[in-house]
Amino acid sequence: MNALQTFFAMGGYAAYVWPAYALFFIVLIADTVAPRLRRRRILAELRARLARQSARHERHSIPPPSD
Amino acid sequence: MANWIPLWLHRLSSPPTFYRFAGTLRPWAMGLAIVLGVIGLVGGLVLAPADYQQGDAYRIIFIHVPSAWMSMFIYAVMGVSAFIALVWRIKLAEVVAMESAPIGAAFTFITLVTGSLWGKPMWGTWWTWDARLTSELVLLFLYLGVLGLYHAFEDRRQGARAAGFLAIIGIINVPIVHFSVNWWNTLHQGSTVNIFGHSKMAWDMLWPLLTMTLATKFYYAASLFRRAQTDLLDLESGKDWVRKIAESEADR
Repeated sequence: MNALQTFFAMGGYAAYVWPAYALFFIVLIADTVAPRLRRRRILAELRARLARQSARHERHSIPPPSD
Repeated sequence: MANWIPLWLHRLSSPPTFYRFAGTLRPWAMGLAIVLGVIGLVGGLVLAPADYQQGDAYRIIFIHVPSAWMSMFIYAVMGVSAFIALVWRIKLAEVVAMESAPIGAAFTFITLVTGSLWGKPMWGTWWTWDARLTSELVLLFLYLGVLGLYHAFEDRRQGARAAGFLAIIGIINVPIVHFSVNWWNTLHQGSTVNIFGHSKMAWDMLWPLLTMTLATKFYYAASLFRRAQTDLLDLESGKDWVRKIAESEADR
């Protein structure tokens, strides 16, 4: 058995060690991705709302609020 | 507002200022987390020798123990921020408390599952109702309770207040988790690492563990910054500074 095989065999405990490490990374990657998706959704919704607002203002020819 | 709070802290708690501050620090925190994580994992998985009793199964410690520490550390941060939010009504403290909850829940979940994967070959069982394991499970339920309560209200600030109360009450569980191995007879092994005294661990195994601990700390900082930034965008979505961000990102 070469060094790499020995490493992956984990002294016979591969079935416990590697799933533990896999879970660690899967959970943390999910935790990193979730707020990114939320951020994208929040900004897209805001842009849609702003677009609707400016369309309404144009229809009624009211100048947009300057805040 | 109490006048002993320094002015810079006051300024920092303003949402647009904190948004910029978090945006500047976040890449550094994430970078340090990744670099330290790689070093710690090489040290733990490759360089450290096998344990004389547990063989290679003990290598789960390098993620299990740092995650367990984070599960308690994040709870403490959440509890203290919730307290600050309730007493001084600082919006940012509320955001930090509520956005810490999912990260803490993630680390608690990792702790429980990796512990289970370690327990099976060492103890012969995935789970046992012992004091350490049970109190850690209670910690997970506390996190989930805080998250559930927070999202159960139509008005998010009202939800944050209710969830904040639960977070503060739940702090009592943190010392219980920590001291459970001393207070009760447990199957779970006692502390191996002692910050103020002699650690019962060889240096070859200790340094990767401490490096991973630092890596998870920086990861938490990075994740919290990202989550707080996102939450501030939601909370202040009517404000001018958020509108500017939304417009500047439309081109991309």
